[in-house]
Amino acid sequence: MNVTIMGCGRVGAELAHLLDAEGHKVTIIDTDATSFEKLPADFGGVALLGRATDEEELEKANIRQCDAFVAVTREDDKNAMAAQIAKEIFEVPRVICRVYDPLREEFYESLGLEAISPTGLFARLIKERLEK
Amino acid sequence: MYVIIVGAGEVGRYLGKELLNSGNEVLMIERDHSICEELGEELGSVFLCGDGCEVALLTKAGVARADMFIAVTDQDDDNLAACQIAKQKFHVPEVIAKVNSPKNEHIFAKLGIDHTVDRVSLVLEHIKLQIPMFPLIHLLSLKDRGLELVLVRILEHSPAAGKAVKDLSLPDGSVVSLILRMGQECVVPATDAMLEVGDQLVCSIPSGSEEIVRTGLSVPA
Repeated sequence: MNVTIMGCGRVGAELAHLLDAEGHKVTIIDTDATSFEKLPADFGGVALLGRATDEEELEKANIRQCDAFVAVTREDDKNAMAAQIAKEIFEVPRVICRVYDPLREEFYESLGLEAISPTGLFARLIKERLEK
Repeated sequence: MYVIIVGAGEVGRYLGKELLNSGNEVLMIERDHSICEELGEELGSVFLCGDGCEVALLTKAGVARADMFIAVTDQDDDNLAACQIAKQKFHVPEVIAKVNSPKNEHIFAKLGIDHTVDRVSLVLEHIKLQIPMFPLIHLLSLKDRGLELVLVRILEHSPAAGKAVKDLSLPDGSVVSLILRMGQECVVPATDAMLEVGDQLVCSIPSGSEEIVRTGLSVPA
């Protein structure tokens, strides 16, 4: 699988590492070069400095050849915009974005994005554990 | 009319004041607390401090009953998110977004935000209006009609100089509506009016045909 990840925070870097270790082709984009320090030394993918809300920069990252696009920056709006560009302009088959605002998770789902709210997810997870 | 404005920067503030002065109900949503304080001192309680893209805050703001929703922050992703939520979740009838990067205008259109104001292009066109060597300047986009109002300058060596208006090679659907000539009154052109170097034409042309007009009328090959 050819995957582009936007945002090299803890989640982005870890996901990049997991996919890369399994032999997938990974490109990770971030606006901050120091964020790439989180990638392991043996990371075999591509780390690109750039903004994934910019159509031309996505093009440079070969988004057209991508099977999946994952947006996990800290900002909901950036994730949602980049995810929609990937889906609607570049027609990437699978697009997943993180949305902290749980109320917006539902909304972006209605626009056809796979939106995941860590807030809601984590709250449900903790609740399940407590109820065990 | 109930108008919600997201972003109380220069544009948001002036717009808010004008709308208030003309008797509208206005609510401004601004993330920056110090700007909110200033707003409160200047205009009273017409603002809400917070993130204008958050569904809970927008619900509290009464977006569902708003007649118009305008997002004018300096972040295109915020303007897009706010407008999409206002339009598609709360069904606000009229939604307008400021676009800070001209590259994003077509993305906004593709994602359902039809009314956008491209800040950079607006300033650029106004500057070009003052520089005589530019042959074609956008005056206004009439997006719902698929038309652009443009100013065309007949520069030296233009293939249009010495031609009659009816013989110009303009795209179908174009109208030459005004000829501005130095030292003369503005005239609505007759079809056999002859064009001279130095003339300026106000034309309406189909959107997307600027390049054809530019090469056909203004710039010598």
